Amino acid sequence: MTSEEIYIKIEPIIKNYLPEDVSKMEISRESDLTKELNINSAHLIDIVLDVEDVFDIEIKNEDLEKLRNLNDVINLIKQKTE
Amino acid sequence: MKSDNIIKLLPYGAEFLFVDKLTMISTEMVEGYYTFKKDEYFYQSHFKENPVTPGVILIECMAQIGLVCLGIYLLNSEEVSVKTSVAFSSSQVDFLIPVFPGEKVNVVSEKVYFRFNKLKCKVKMFNEKGELVANGELSGMVKKYE
Repeated sequence: MTSEEIYIKIEPIIKNYLPEDVSKMEISRESDLTKELNINSAHLIDIVLDVEDVFDIEIKNEDLEKLRNLNDVINLIKQKTE
Repeated sequence: MKSDNIIKLLPYGAEFLFVDKLTMISTEMVEGYYTFKKDEYFYQSHFKENPVTPGVILIECMAQIGLVCLGIYLLNSEEVSVKTSVAFSSSQVDFLIPVFPGEKVNVVSEKVYFRFNKLKCKVKMFNEKGELVANGELSGMVKKYE
């Protein structure tokens, strides 16, 4: 899967957990999930669990610690689906 | 880990502790009960001259038994840690029957998942007649306190 294909699949997942006061326009590959998109730690886990389901992969504790923005998520998915 | 030890580890003061005893606990589920004392402080104001247990307090009771006790058990299944930090993250609960002063409620909670320190459970509350009082899903973060 290309980064673009992965991005198309994860964008709706992110939108689902975006707080009401954050515009969907602010979602980009570089935006920090917690600091800029204001996603709380509990919803970050929901995102990870949805990503696991959509891509049929398993994400570990140490993987989670490295996820800051969508580029990190995309790289992790690429690595796990190779 | 014994149920009594779990209750000792709960981080609540006497006025906000809504767990009397756990009757069953495993890595998948927990059951426990609490009796609302007739002189709980909130009955004076909720409502004036018509005391009914507030829904938020029922949720708190469901969360203390269903999420926090189970979370402490799950964290301590590998090693014993004394301090646990908890944070309630979401709740979706339907209330079906009011709970009056002096009533005993049973809480049954089934784990949906516990991953990356987030615990999500399906939690039910029953009254002494066995009627379903409240029903819903609760989630929270449960971590070892460093």
